Amino acid sequence: MAHNNQLDSWEVFMQARPGANYIHQGSVHASDRKMALQNARDTYSRRGEGTSIWVVPTNEIAASNPDDSDMFFDPANDKIYRLPTFYTMPEGAKQI
Amino acid sequence: MDQVQDIISNDHALLSKFEEHVQAGEAVEPRDWMPEAYRKHLIRQISQHAHSEVIGMQPEGNWITRAPSLRAKQILLAKIQDEGGHGLYLYSAAETLGITRTEMIEQLHTGKAKYSNIFNYPSLTWADIGAIGWLVDGAAIVNQVSLQRTSYAPYSRAMVRICKEESFHQRQGYEIMAKMMKGTAEQREMAQDAMNRWWWPSLMMFGPHDSDSPHAADAFRWKIKRHTNDELRQKFIDKTVPQAELIGLTVPDPHLKWNDAKGGYDHGEINWEEFKQVINGNGPCNKQRLQHHKQVHDNGAWVREAAEAYKARTNNQSSN
Ligand SMILES: [Fe+2]
Ligand SMILES: [Fe+2]
Repeated sequence: MAHNNQLDSWEVFMQARPGANYIHQGSVHASDRKMALQNARDTYSRRGEGTSIWVVPTNEIAASNPDDSDMFFDPANDKIYRLPTFYTMPEGAKQI
Repeated sequence: MDQVQDIISNDHALLSKFEEHVQAGEAVEPRDWMPEAYRKHLIRQISQHAHSEVIGMQPEGNWITRAPSLRAKQILLAKIQDEGGHGLYLYSAAETLGITRTEMIEQLHTGKAKYSNIFNYPSLTWADIGAIGWLVDGAAIVNQVSLQRTSYAPYSRAMVRICKEESFHQRQGYEIMAKMMKGTAEQREMAQDAMNRWWWPSLMMFGPHDSDSPHAADAFRWKIKRHTNDELRQKFIDKTVPQAELIGLTVPDPHLKWNDAKGGYDHGEINWEEFKQVINGNGPCNKQRLQHHKQVHDNGAWVREAAEAYKARTNNQSSN
């Protein structure tokens, strides 16, 4: 049987316009960075959807575990004083 | 024994949590727990969808060198390139479920994975390129719009992206048909002939009646699917018939009739025997489509090997 290697997998992040966040688009296969960038452009930006692209080897991505997400994000839940709505402003205070 | 019991009840708890989550309309991400049957169902459906995009490039590719103008040729090339892109979005969504691209392509080549029946019909004239864009992409759009809200998030994201690109596909096809219907008697005849050959296979694209569809119950419970095959088929008919009439094409169905009470068209029965025959490999182009894919895949092996060899060499150089 023929050698069936489909090359390495890369995750693609794209910026839609200068100054915007890079947003995950999906993945492409490529054997090196240059090919990964070109394939990402051809796959995810055929209509000027992007102004800049990042590619990252898929196996280099560390992801949080959804089973632990309650515990993992818990520390944020009881600190409502981090939100502006927690504070009482004197009546009539403006532009704050 | 107790251990086995524990595992079983733990699985039950996970399953009911999963089904609650899905019932509440929440999305499932690749790393979330999911029942094996859900994973299998999605791998089958998404890989079949990906293969359809890629095999679907063949009947249209057949006309690139014979497109009637440079404008038509550029459009057709861009359209077919989009279809290749759709295949890639979908392969990448399927890979998040733990199947490799090599396995998917093997399954296509051995016949274990299917692709849409419609691409086993030949594209005989230029009017077929119009009919494919208008009817085949039109039917695909109805299905894909519904799938934008499918429960598996990577699949849903791929559908959103695909739907954005599809409306150009349908419009370019309809434009070809409209142009030919304004042309000579011979051109009009050609357009009507394409309509006659593509109408029924396009209706078959939505699959059998749901009562005859083997995986329908799971697909609805897990919100992979949100509309029945018959609902989607009806939607397609209702929006396509007026488009045909507008440019003077006749829908090749003597039983087609507007039904005021249901607010939609009644139509004749689909030839399910033909559908079965084509699925089982006896359509006009089944062998040709698969054989062409295998041949191109094998011919491209040296490119993948060269890319790997180049990577190995540059890695060696940078570690020296
Ligand atoms: Fe497509
Ligand atoms: Fe399309």
